[in-house]
Amino acid sequence: MPDSLVIKNLNASIGERPILKDFCLTVPKGEVHAIMGPNGTGKSTLSKVLAGHPDYTVQSGSALLDGEEILGLEPDVVARAGLFLAFQYPSEIPGVTIANFIRAAIVARQAKGTPFDAKAYYAELYAKMDALKMDRKFTARFVNEGFSGGEKKRCEILQLMMLKPKYAVLDETDSGLDIDALRIVSEGVNRMRGPDTGFLVITHYQRLLEYIVPDRVHIMWDGRIVHSGGKELALELEAKGYDWVKTELASA
Amino acid sequence: MSTLASPTGNLDAALQPTDWARPSGHDWFDALRRQGWADFQRLPMPTRDDEKWRFSDARSLSLAGFAPAPEPTEAVAAALIARSHFVARPAALVVHVDGHCVLRPALSPELTAQGVRFETLADALRHHPALLQEHLLKHGAGLGGAKFLALHQAWLKAGYVLFVPKGVEIRQPFVSVNWTSTEGAAVFPHALIIAGEHAVVSVQDYHLGATADARALAISACDIHAGTGAKVSRLAVQGWGNRTQSFQVDNTCGGRDALITSVNAAVGSRRARLENTVRIDGPGADVRLYGISVATGEQEFDQRTLQIHTAGQAKSDLLFKNALLGKSRTIFSGLIKVAPDAQRTDAYQTNRNLLLSPDAEADSLPGLEIEANDVKCSHGATTGQVDENELFYLRARGIPLEVAQELLAQGFLEEVIAKVEDEEGAEALRGMLSAKFHQA
Repeated sequence: MPDSLVIKNLNASIGERPILKDFCLTVPKGEVHAIMGPNGTGKSTLSKVLAGHPDYTVQSGSALLDGEEILGLEPDVVARAGLFLAFQYPSEIPGVTIANFIRAAIVARQAKGTPFDAKAYYAELYAKMDALKMDRKFTARFVNEGFSGGEKKRCEILQLMMLKPKYAVLDETDSGLDIDALRIVSEGVNRMRGPDTGFLVITHYQRLLEYIVPDRVHIMWDGRIVHSGGKELALELEAKGYDWVKTELASA
Repeated sequence: MSTLASPTGNLDAALQPTDWARPSGHDWFDALRRQGWADFQRLPMPTRDDEKWRFSDARSLSLAGFAPAPEPTEAVAAALIARSHFVARPAALVVHVDGHCVLRPALSPELTAQGVRFETLADALRHHPALLQEHLLKHGAGLGGAKFLALHQAWLKAGYVLFVPKGVEIRQPFVSVNWTSTEGAAVFPHALIIAGEHAVVSVQDYHLGATADARALAISACDIHAGTGAKVSRLAVQGWGNRTQSFQVDNTCGGRDALITSVNAAVGSRRARLENTVRIDGPGADVRLYGISVATGEQEFDQRTLQIHTAGQAKSDLLFKNALLGKSRTIFSGLIKVAPDAQRTDAYQTNRNLLLSPDAEADSLPGLEIEANDVKCSHGATTGQVDENELFYLRARGIPLEVAQELLAQGFLEEVIAKVEDEEGAEALRGMLSAKFHQA
């Protein structure tokens, strides 16, 4: 499937501890898929393995981004291939302004020698910050330094909107957000929904999926998807709780 | 004339001033220079056993093959003047090439009328000998560079004197640019900054090589005297060519309630030593001493600092940050001294080094000597590598490894760059630091 993110039989570990176990999932472009699951089931590991984090070892399997293998690539190569990871805990980068950071990310995607259009860049940056209700003064602030939880997540979505990836993995973007911030962040994501982008929304809670309504919901347990369904599955899971997963689904 | 053999042997001949025969007309000044030459000959070259030169590569110290250079041609001078405009609208600009003044400072009539003086050392000696006699080289080199400062003293000629009288506030920076152009040139730039009571002044000193690989011997000195309530800020950029040996001996004196901010940047030279002594003589003074460097190749940056508190209720803050690439080395050795009477002193000293290469080495020797009992003093040093989580975060946005490391290093340095109040000076500094990552 060329227009999809296809993950097949992915086995990955941290140190000696296996975390992803024959994990399989396909996210077609233009769709929003949600992964729900209890803590410690491997959701964040999945996002980091896809992004090429050096702490994880891939034993076997594949992850094809529009037909191109991304496992084993350097993290910056994966990102330029079109995968964006919105971090659960974005790093603080002292001394590097948001404007310079996003600019460096855009320049990295341009052909060598292409002049950088600073005017167009700032126009776009400001427009997207306005949409996310971010103060324009944030451009001169150091990345995530001294940001509240909500500001950090808004900054992640700003980067997402500026870099326009083919696929975006949102790792627990709802954690640490109050309801206003959640609404703004979700609006940002919804604005980007369309035929050119696929989303994988990782969350522990159903709450986020009221704002970002998914096309498919997958339940993850012990390193793999154990059940998939439509958006109503999130509600069912919310009602029945993760014990239901443990007793009914994981044993299946 | 003494022709005594010295530890530097006959090399001295090339560095001996030749203008003794022409007196300046000021006996004290001629005597000062002769004393400098005598001291230079008397003092031994530092050795690695000398505590004040600990960790530095004293064995490779050599003054061989350097001599003062003749005046530059008009074309060379014009080209270098054209490259000296780091600030679009300075209060005034002075430019030296190989120790010869090629652009004399032109002060506005307004500033002249207010009593401000910004002149070459030679002009100031003619016009204000008493001012010079009172302030010139009053403090010497207590941190190990006495022999080099003595040679500087013997050659006192190039440089400037800036005097801002009581109550005069000048926002635009005074800029001095010293270039070396001739292979093997020996230069001795001097800066004397005197700020009267409640005067406000800012200065930028650029020490640069005409070519990136210029070879020279540079021994510079700067003395800052800040009077009661004066506010002085200085940016000093050491950007000599990369085959240069540089010695910089700076002394800063802060009077009562004076506020002095000094940012010392190092990017150039094969080896460069900075000795910076801060004297807090007046209660309520606040002296901030910052250092910043990007060391590449086989460069050695050797930073020696001393914060002396003799007056109470005063503050000094020091932060030196170094980013190291290649096989470069940095040495930071700092001491805070608090005299028994200097109660309620706040004195801080921090050195942070970022190693961007496995072959780079940073040594740190922080120290405290406190004789007062009611003080707040601290010192700290850290040496580490780029944070892996930060690196991953940048790379996850598509930024290649080298660019990400550079961004993180620039971010690391930004804390010090931000101390430069003048935005053009800060931008010039950013550009020079950034360029080092691309030639590394």
